[in-house]
Amino acid sequence: MLDPDSGLSLTIARIVRRLQGSSLHSQLERQARVSLHKPEIKLESLKEDIKDFLKTSGWEKKLQNAVYSELNVFPSPCHPAAPPEHMKEPLAYMRKAQRPASEQKELLNKWNEMGTDEPDLSLFRPVYAPKDFLEVLMNLRNPNYENGEQPSFRNHLGLIQVPLKVKDIPELKEDFSELGLNTGQLGIDDSAQVPPEFFENEHVRVGQKVLAEQDSAAAQQYVRQGCPTALRADLWALILNISNQPEDILYYEQLKSNVIQYDLLVDSLIYKDVKLTASNDDYYFVFEDYLYQVLLCFSRDTSVLEHFTYSSATPPKSYIRGKLGIEEYAVFYPPNGVIPFHGFSMYVAPLCFLYHEPSKLYQIFREMYVRFFFRLHSISSHPSGIVSLCLLFETLLQTHLPQLFYHLREIGAQPLRISFKWMVRAFSGYLATDQLLLLWDRILGYNSLEILAVLAAAVFAFRAVNLMEVTSLAAAEAVLADLSTLKVMPLLQIFLFATVT
Amino acid sequence: MAGKVKWVTDIEKSVLINNFEKRGWIQVAENEDWNFYWMSVQTIRNVFSVETGYRLSDDQIVNHFPNHYELTRKDLMVKNIKRYRRELEKEGSPLAEKDENGKYIYLDFVPVTFMLPADYNLFVEEFRKNPSSTWIMKPCGKAQGKGIFLINKLSQIKKWSRDSKTSSFVSQSSKEAYVISLYINNPLLIGGKKFDLRLYVLVSTYRPLRCYMYKLGFCRFCTVKYTPSTSELDNMFVHLTNVAIQKHGDDYNHIHGGKWTVSNLRLYLESTRGKEVTNKLFDEIHWIIVQSLKAVAPVMNNDKHCFECYGYDIIIDDKLKPWLIEVNASPSLTSSTANDRILKYNLINDTLNIAVPNGEIPDCKWNKSPPKEVLGNYEVLYDEEMAQSDGPDRDLRSRSGQSTGTKGGRARDSGKPILTTWK
Repeated sequence: MLDPDSGLSLTIARIVRRLQGSSLHSQLERQARVSLHKPEIKLESLKEDIKDFLKTSGWEKKLQNAVYSELNVFPSPCHPAAPPEHMKEPLAYMRKAQRPASEQKELLNKWNEMGTDEPDLSLFRPVYAPKDFLEVLMNLRNPNYENGEQPSFRNHLGLIQVPLKVKDIPELKEDFSELGLNTGQLGIDDSAQVPPEFFENEHVRVGQKVLAEQDSAAAQQYVRQGCPTALRADLWALILNISNQPEDILYYEQLKSNVIQYDLLVDSLIYKDVKLTASNDDYYFVFEDYLYQVLLCFSRDTSVLEHFTYSSATPPKSYIRGKLGIEEYAVFYPPNGVIPFHGFSMYVAPLCFLYHEPSKLYQIFREMYVRFFFRLHSISSHPSGIVSLCLLFETLLQTHLPQLFYHLREIGAQPLRISFKWMVRAFSGYLATDQLLLLWDRILGYNSLEILAVLAAAVFAFRAVNLMEVTSLAAAEAVLADLSTLKVMPLLQIFLFATVT
Repeated sequence: MAGKVKWVTDIEKSVLINNFEKRGWIQVAENEDWNFYWMSVQTIRNVFSVETGYRLSDDQIVNHFPNHYELTRKDLMVKNIKRYRRELEKEGSPLAEKDENGKYIYLDFVPVTFMLPADYNLFVEEFRKNPSSTWIMKPCGKAQGKGIFLINKLSQIKKWSRDSKTSSFVSQSSKEAYVISLYINNPLLIGGKKFDLRLYVLVSTYRPLRCYMYKLGFCRFCTVKYTPSTSELDNMFVHLTNVAIQKHGDDYNHIHGGKWTVSNLRLYLESTRGKEVTNKLFDEIHWIIVQSLKAVAPVMNNDKHCFECYGYDIIIDDKLKPWLIEVNASPSLTSSTANDRILKYNLINDTLNIAVPNGEIPDCKWNKSPPKEVLGNYEVLYDEEMAQSDGPDRDLRSRSGQSTGTKGGRARDSGKPILTTWK
């Protein structure tokens, strides 16, 4: 295996390569040059003095945050001999499961047929809805895996049949230790019955300090206990390393002008999605226009293509008219390589409660997408990928609520059929907004989506009594149709830390 | 207990009738012996009128005060508030303090308003100080946004000029009177759209003043993006938030009805503007409601057979200042969405629990002090008796930093008034 020293130097080399030539790099250079005029910088100790200056003026902190951000986003480097596909997805059978090129071409043909100016939106069935995606996942198999045993109750009885490693409750308890019963939480210890002196006031004070220090890593640790509503927008921006510099605003304005200048067929998908989901939502209908703005810009943003270096997916290609198949005339279509699916706009909608300035809203969403959300609709073996989340959910349920699991399976209501849509949308549109934001606090805090699977299992545990009495899939769906009254943190805490296993 | 409550209503709404029936009350006709009458504003006029009126007995309760119009007619509300301010100023009260521009610091919560045609000349004077301003014309006696229009030129209201020779405006009965108010053309926008707040306030007695605020108010959004552009002054879908108007728009949605809960508003404001300014906003909203009630309390006929549930309409401007637009005596009980129906059902339920204690045959001589367990989604907004018993020499504007604002309107178990330092 890779020895730790060369692994570390590879990582350092990669980060240096990525930060070189970035705007932060040029700003640091400029700052260093400016500092030469300062009296405390002496020629004899030039290097040390400049380093001290950068430290005290807060620039070292900015560099720290940028490095931390890179570490969070990019996976550790593989063996130097491994081909680049391995960084995207190490398991061969997962790579093969990506949407095949032939299907992509078929989609393009369909689009080329509908070339009218104002396509009738009813012709655009969503390119795929979560249900279709689940069917694909259910059919994943590892050809190398031979499960010689006869099918028995000890096998995995859920829908996902690939042997990925998922955590069990003891491991989850360790990973999510800050959610334990003895640690204060927002979402539990800030309710009306608890005097704010016990936890809330102090937590707010600490949050303000973290913001004053502008330390990404500290912020990430802090939000594990939840963000005070007034501090959340700034804390998330700090963790995602979004500072909304003039060049970022300019970039966004440029995307906006692209939207005005030309249409993409994908725009129709976006309109339809927003109209079908967010526009009908009690919380998010207000932000309909913001959603169009953000998503139309997003589909034209080629910087999003960068995430495909660590995503298992590959952006679909389109060809200049008349040059089908000739690689020199290939372009990514849509420009950002991401085809929106039914419910995609719900990734953006909750963010509208935090950011009312469009360019900041855009950047936050883009960063959330390339760090987290893309994993929810691509096929990979990553522990935060949707396949692992499904398997984690099913395993937790089968292990800790076996009676419920078997009952639901018997009546044709495989639990994953119900919970899949929750996880694919990161629960957006299913939970009340304030609860959803508390959940997403923890996604950012732990840099992982596993909490979605744990919450899904906790919801089933909470409604277990009613679910045991149903006799059909439709009835089970009905019991779990309305999650808007659920309080997320108590559910998670009870499931992880207070259930007798 | 002795027999069941006998009820009458002339408002055929299911949210009312379901509530009466679930209490096992008995429906009777108007001319029979009744205990509880939920009446429309026309009927209350008859009950208390000199010619057709009749005395109510001790076991009869009605849902309006006889002269509620002192608060709920647009022109009278403004008159009473102006009179209240002048009185406070005369007695040297610190509440009536003015700033260097002559504007009341604490009592400037109603946009500048004039009656037409009576104050026409005063209005012209004010208009000319600011000729680019927009004004909103509202008929005094109408509701649901009927007859409202915006003007930005004097020529548009020539009809109301008292001196106008061309005025064919002969009959100056109170029905055709209008108020003209400075239009708030910088409303706080969310998602680019204008909205207003509908809050329900229950008054059980005016002297001493005892009022309750329903925690589940809502915001009503326009379906069309807001623009102050003069070319869109006629587009009521941009400017008027009344559901009665918006529901005829192309984009009206029957699932959410263009409504947001007040808790959504609070979450949005806290997240985007911070906690202190949000708390201050909600404190001010409570303040202006109480002040408006205090303003009319001296002239209200505090008939002990009466209680009233008002619909307050409030607009927030982009500086987060709330403005009182009007008070409705008969807030709509029509439900535009499923959530709406549930909300209004619970509103009536909680109102009845407070107004008719224990659901038993009422005695109008009771002390109108319900125990805190029956308040439901109401919380005490102001209780004059309790406020006075706390000591008369508290500073008027000193409030503790942690008022209910921090808990977003969740239940205060103590049942004490929200802002006890007001007198």
